[in-house]
Amino acid sequence: MTAELLELSALEAHGAMSARELSAEDYRDAWIEAAAGDELGVYLWRGEDTTAGAVGVERPSVAPIAVKDIFCTEGVPTTAASRILEGYRPPYTATAVRRLIEAGAPILGKTNMDEFAMGSSNENSAYGPVLNPWDRTRVPGGSSGGSAAAVAGGLAPWAIGTDTGGSIRQPASLCGIVGLKPTYGAISRYGMIAFASSLDQCGPLTRDVSDAALLLSILQGRDSCDSTSVGLEQAPRLPDREDLRGLRFAVPVEIRSGAMESGVRAIFEATLKRIEDLGGEIAEAPLPHAEHGISAYYLIAPAEASSNLARYDGVRYGMRVETEGDVVEMYEATRAAGFGDEVKRRIMLGTYALSSGYYEAYYGRAQKVRTKIAADFAGAFEDFDFVVTPTSPTVAFGLGEKTDDPLAMYMNDFFTVPMSLAGIPAISIPAGLAEPDGGGPRLPVGFQIAAPAFAEQHLLDAAYALEQAIGFEARPGEGSDG
Amino acid sequence: MIEREQVLHVAKLARLRLSDAEVEKMAGELSGILEHVDRIGELELDDVPPTSHVVELENVLRPDRPRPSWPREVVLAQAPDPTEGAFRVPSPQAEA
Repeated sequence: MTAELLELSALEAHGAMSARELSAEDYRDAWIEAAAGDELGVYLWRGEDTTAGAVGVERPSVAPIAVKDIFCTEGVPTTAASRILEGYRPPYTATAVRRLIEAGAPILGKTNMDEFAMGSSNENSAYGPVLNPWDRTRVPGGSSGGSAAAVAGGLAPWAIGTDTGGSIRQPASLCGIVGLKPTYGAISRYGMIAFASSLDQCGPLTRDVSDAALLLSILQGRDSCDSTSVGLEQAPRLPDREDLRGLRFAVPVEIRSGAMESGVRAIFEATLKRIEDLGGEIAEAPLPHAEHGISAYYLIAPAEASSNLARYDGVRYGMRVETEGDVVEMYEATRAAGFGDEVKRRIMLGTYALSSGYYEAYYGRAQKVRTKIAADFAGAFEDFDFVVTPTSPTVAFGLGEKTDDPLAMYMNDFFTVPMSLAGIPAISIPAGLAEPDGGGPRLPVGFQIAAPAFAEQHLLDAAYALEQAIGFEARPGEGSDG
Repeated sequence: MIEREQVLHVAKLARLRLSDAEVEKMAGELSGILEHVDRIGELELDDVPPTSHVVELENVLRPDRPRPSWPREVVLAQAPDPTEGAFRVPSPQAEA
């Protein structure tokens, strides 16, 4: 019985609960039990009693949800996977989480992530890595690695994460699920621990596109606590499009020659063919500045991070290292002990890019490149409905494989960063399984579709039609022989 | 190429204490990243306006009415060293 309940998508469960064919309490309890079996390092905290306290919902009516540990949740440990926030229990709840609770979704737990959302493998967590449910020797991607592995590994029906340069889409791709980064401003950032404020955006990680649409409809909206939140003009409705007739898809000229694994390339080309079979039109379009996305991103995001993370000083919350010296010594000792290597690297990079004498050459130029990238997309959208790319240049890679080479790790974000810089929505859907270049089990490959700002409905409709045609049914544990 | 002295200067600005080994490693890693990033130096960007934010922002205003804030004890409950209704920190000038 329990196993059958866990088979339902969040949307199916929602329908059955609304029709009173399914007890919302039974459904919730089945998921609490499933989450308790976490062997992947997904949960940093689990809400074993989801009827009580700040995360409680007395009468659940929506599927319970896993929440990335970057969302402040009243009375519940919230660390952003950093030592420096050890012991922190926020006195308030993030708007996105509050909206979930108000909609009737119990909070199953808080999920592991790269520290302060800085990373693409979840290996930068101060509380240990997350294992990819498809192959436990490999990473789930990051930074929302815990949320992605929870959904793929049967530890949550759906989850929320955050995406600054690909942190929802890339782990969704590596775990074989759907990940949506909405338009910047679609969902409130209030209570979301800040990494790079001009880029951070909350979004859904789900089994399928319909669940993503349902979750987005709960999360989106203007919020008086975040003056950059504008919401969507209309809450998304469930997608039902069956073909792609009359729609034009742009493939960036520059990426066909770009570095990606051969298996990823094969799935990408096969998916383009499927789009044509559904009546969509494929053509190449220039996005000449997209290849500079990584450079611009790794100046802008660290610069904003160096400023946002200045608040962690051992005074108001989290940990402190006591010293014999003055207050500055205390700050320096606390930050040295509280931050991990990648966070220190980004703070250093950002501080350098903003420092006197380098500001114009680095931060100033990066902001101009951002303008050019946004203009490239605007140009493409004059002739096309969507821009499509692989989500990640590789399938899931091995734990420890890229930890000694920061730049190689950053290249994971090659296809996802340009959309973040332009602020436009993009979705990753599973498109098939492929072997890594070095050989090994077949692993999920994501296909990314990007749309103009606030065109979420159009994006979800097209993604749904393509998802139905692809019919991705593989599950962790049975993928390698299929 | 980032020199050791620059790493120490930036670390001071960022209020980070780095060990000798970290300084060494950071110099190499930052140099590698900046070498890649330097490619944007080749782009013609003179007349391009910078983008700091992608959403067209307008001022959001609300009436300036006083409203209750969090009780002091709720906020202090999260502090590592709350004392007498305040955050206690070491003296700005350490005792000799």
